[in-house]
Amino acid sequence: MYAFDYERPSAVDAAVALLRSVEEPKVLAGGQTLLPTLKQRLAQPGTLVDLARIPGLSAIERRGEGLSIGAMARHAAVATSPLVREAIPALAELAGMIGDPAVRNRGTLGGSIANNDPTADYPAACLALGATIITSARQLAADDFFTGLFETALAEDELVLAVEFPLPARAGYAKFRNPASRYAMAGVFIAQGADGIRVAVTGAGQGGVFRWTAAEEALAADFRVESLADIALDADDIMSDLHGSADYRTHLVKIMAKHAMVAALR
Amino acid sequence: MTASIVTPIGASVRRKEDHRFITGKGRYTDDMARPGQAHAYFLRSPVAHANIRSLDTSAAAAMPGVVGILTGADLAADGVGDLICGWMIHSVDGTPMRMGSHPALAKGKVRYVGDHVAVVIAETLNQAKDAAAAIVVDYDVLPAVAETGRARAADAPQLHEVAPGNTAFSWELGDAAATDAAFAQAAHVIPLDLVNNRLAPNPIEPRAAIGEYDSGDDAFTLWTTSQNPHLARLVLSAFVGLAPEHKLRVIAPDVGGGFGSKIFIYAEETVCTWAAKKVGRPVKWTSDRSEAFLSDAHGRDHITRAELAVNGEGKILGFRVKTTANMGAYLSTFASAIPTYLYATLLSGQYDIPAIHCHVDAVYTNTAPVDAYRGAGRPEATFLVERIVEIAARTLGMDGAEFRRRNFITSFPHQTPVIMAYDAGDYAASLDKALAMADYAGFPARKAAAAAKGKLRGIGLSNYIEACGIAPSAAVGSLGAGVGLWESAEVRVNPTGNVEVLTGSHSHGQGHETTFAQLVSSRLGIPIDQVSIVHGDTDKVQFGMGTYGSRSGAVGMSAIFKALDKVEAKAKKIAAHMLEASEGDIEFKDGRFTVAGTDRGLAFAEVALNAYVAHKFPTSEIEPGLKEGAFYDPTNFTFPAGCHVCEVEVDPDTGETQIVQFVAVDDFGVVINPMIVEGQVHGGIAQGVGQALLEAVHYDGDGQLVTGSFMDYTMPRAENLPSFKVGLTETRCPSNPLGIKGCGEAGAIAAPPAVINALTDALGTEDIPMPATPARLWQIIQARRAVAQAAE
Repeated sequence: MYAFDYERPSAVDAAVALLRSVEEPKVLAGGQTLLPTLKQRLAQPGTLVDLARIPGLSAIERRGEGLSIGAMARHAAVATSPLVREAIPALAELAGMIGDPAVRNRGTLGGSIANNDPTADYPAACLALGATIITSARQLAADDFFTGLFETALAEDELVLAVEFPLPARAGYAKFRNPASRYAMAGVFIAQGADGIRVAVTGAGQGGVFRWTAAEEALAADFRVESLADIALDADDIMSDLHGSADYRTHLVKIMAKHAMVAALR
Repeated sequence: MTASIVTPIGASVRRKEDHRFITGKGRYTDDMARPGQAHAYFLRSPVAHANIRSLDTSAAAAMPGVVGILTGADLAADGVGDLICGWMIHSVDGTPMRMGSHPALAKGKVRYVGDHVAVVIAETLNQAKDAAAAIVVDYDVLPAVAETGRARAADAPQLHEVAPGNTAFSWELGDAAATDAAFAQAAHVIPLDLVNNRLAPNPIEPRAAIGEYDSGDDAFTLWTTSQNPHLARLVLSAFVGLAPEHKLRVIAPDVGGGFGSKIFIYAEETVCTWAAKKVGRPVKWTSDRSEAFLSDAHGRDHITRAELAVNGEGKILGFRVKTTANMGAYLSTFASAIPTYLYATLLSGQYDIPAIHCHVDAVYTNTAPVDAYRGAGRPEATFLVERIVEIAARTLGMDGAEFRRRNFITSFPHQTPVIMAYDAGDYAASLDKALAMADYAGFPARKAAAAAKGKLRGIGLSNYIEACGIAPSAAVGSLGAGVGLWESAEVRVNPTGNVEVLTGSHSHGQGHETTFAQLVSSRLGIPIDQVSIVHGDTDKVQFGMGTYGSRSGAVGMSAIFKALDKVEAKAKKIAAHMLEASEGDIEFKDGRFTVAGTDRGLAFAEVALNAYVAHKFPTSEIEPGLKEGAFYDPTNFTFPAGCHVCEVEVDPDTGETQIVQFVAVDDFGVVINPMIVEGQVHGGIAQGVGQALLEAVHYDGDGQLVTGSFMDYTMPRAENLPSFKVGLTETRCPSNPLGIKGCGEAGAIAAPPAVINALTDALGTEDIPMPATPARLWQIIQARRAVAQAAE
């Protein structure tokens, strides 16, 4: 680990001010990606801005017709929240499938989506559920938030404060884990909501999380597992590495989509 | 009265050492902090093959906290010797193996990613890392070869001038002419090409070392994660030349697993010891996991082409094997023995094979050194034998169990054509028991039921044998070993009757503090908690050979047994004087010395006290005290064997394998503590399943390590494993006094072919590589479906 300064502001404004004033700031939420990166000297921030002492960022509450989850809500809290389990059970299940218990007890929703790892789970849920990302500066549709591998629309001085999820009529998530890392090699979130059918895929796309529009159209026509048969997915856009070829991942996306549908229809 | 206080051989008593471990009171090398210690960080090569044009440490040396920076030039100036390989192999042409120079810090050339370029010693580890980043190295990068099969190619880059064609040795075992003759008689010749995948050992505790120099005594102390501290001292003294043996103390305290990887003498502990004197401070180094992946000796990595000759009745006539074994960039401490005398000598398996010939080319590549890893050569042999035997059975349309049964060795002793003389075994007994436990007869129904739910189910056998109890000294000496492989023990009976055993074995997870104490408890009739096992410190314990190759029960405990014989003999003499009886009338049983035919007797502790008080016997005839030592040299290897049966279900949608049943029936001879043995079997199977389904070290074409962390290197997890069904059969080992064979490596040896035989059965193709990952199995299933569709 390289030496760095450490700040622990107690308000969002103070945190944003730090992001504007210090050299090479880096936001620390749950630290499940950042801390291992620091330990391996793969990052050298000037100042860590720890959000842990800012009150009110972990709330999970019903808001209007939707569900609001604070950026600092731990995966374990989301997985076990009666509110989430009742309103969007697929989201609670997804949170319970992230990493291992140690990761779930530290990792946060805001940290996950701000990092936008192409194999993370939450981006798929945000995209498929049509979530709105509430930041310190504005509100962003999930479709506009995730912009590429480890890239988001967040400005340098912008913090994720909460995510608002509209409640779907039905939703389901299924993933195939990378055998080594246990991150998603193919994760598919399917939601049927007021805006229609949305299908988001994580773990497989070369550009990170994406919406599989062909599957959305097929399911919009007929919301059943069989509709997914023979739906095309271009392997040219799919990642290939040591753990699986693009062909294999493409196939896994289709299989996981079926499993997600089974879950959604349960 | 005394039977109840004894913990007998065969009792599943809980491990004495576990209280220490599970309450966080273990003392590992990294837990030690020596007064004034500084921290070492190794600058490692980022490229697989390069000449070092220049190395400039001047800016780094001026960095904050830097205590010293040392390079290969400093090693050379001090006359520090190279690291060595301690087993001489001769090639077919009679020439000795070509050992490339292996300096602890590079001397002008680096040969793998992770090779040691320089060491920075600083007040803190962070300062050492910062300074290492400021060292300027100008690498003249050379082409690299990492692939086993490419090492001997005409255009392959050459690693060592002394080893043309990157060949360390070309060696053979067995009778080529007799094997050719056997093949001439064959009704069937079964060919097999296979790869035994390279593995990273990954003990939970990474390697660590602290070197310390005492200028007052001109003596060094090295704390290190070693499976054999005396061997480390011997090599560092006699070959590397750091200090004479009596001026170098090596302490291997609690060690968190080794699996072979902590046998070897590495650059890091060598440098920490040497550097402690150079900088006048204790020097500490602890590997992180990334360094472990780069620089711990890896295991396996063979490519093999084999053929099995079988007659019309399914009897094996001959076996021909040609293997290329990847040694990595340098020959590690025992590397040359692994693909030779620990491999080819086991190619007869459990079978009566009249003729065997094996040729092994050992090659250098730009990869981390390869050496012993749990099983060491024997898993490679067993994987080959049990795969080709299974394929032969299938080719002949025979049941795999029946084919094996037809070829079993059934009379003992049995001399194989590849050196080993098996002393005892009952292979049919373990096969029968395993088949019964696995409900082998019911498999077709289970396969049909699985098919009905869309799953591909298969069953696979593995009838393994291994050579443990390593090893008779003269025998291994004749095969090239640089050391004898006996073991030592000293039994110290204290005046109050409790006992310390000093053993040359080393426990790094095996439970010696319990099993060795069980032997003493049962023999002397004292409670197990009155026995302490002392190991791992060259200043406390007499020279010993350490722990590897499932040797500590068969060899280490036999040394204790011999020492206990001497203790009992002397105590009887003393008891005879105390009881005023003749020595021949003294009997010792259940912790009491009695005069035969009388009710007169003494407790063991009373005799122990008297041995030290020395009032009641003539010290001109009997020396005071009760302390005896023994060195035990085994007369043969031991031959644990058994039958493992694996049953799998593959999901054709994803290629995922679920092991739905795993049965292990093992003949370990006499078992000291069945619970500990079960633990060893469980751990071994987990590692074997890891090799079969999950684990592989990958280097890319430039020699960069692709699987450098647990993000990419797949370790077995609990969810990959079923609840094992384990059973035992027993044939006593005739070559040691306790009848022990050894159990530490069996699971890792037996499991891979059991798993792959099950998968090949499930998928209906023999061409399934290890690790059989979901991606690979899915690809195979797709290819077979395409072929089947084309045929329709």
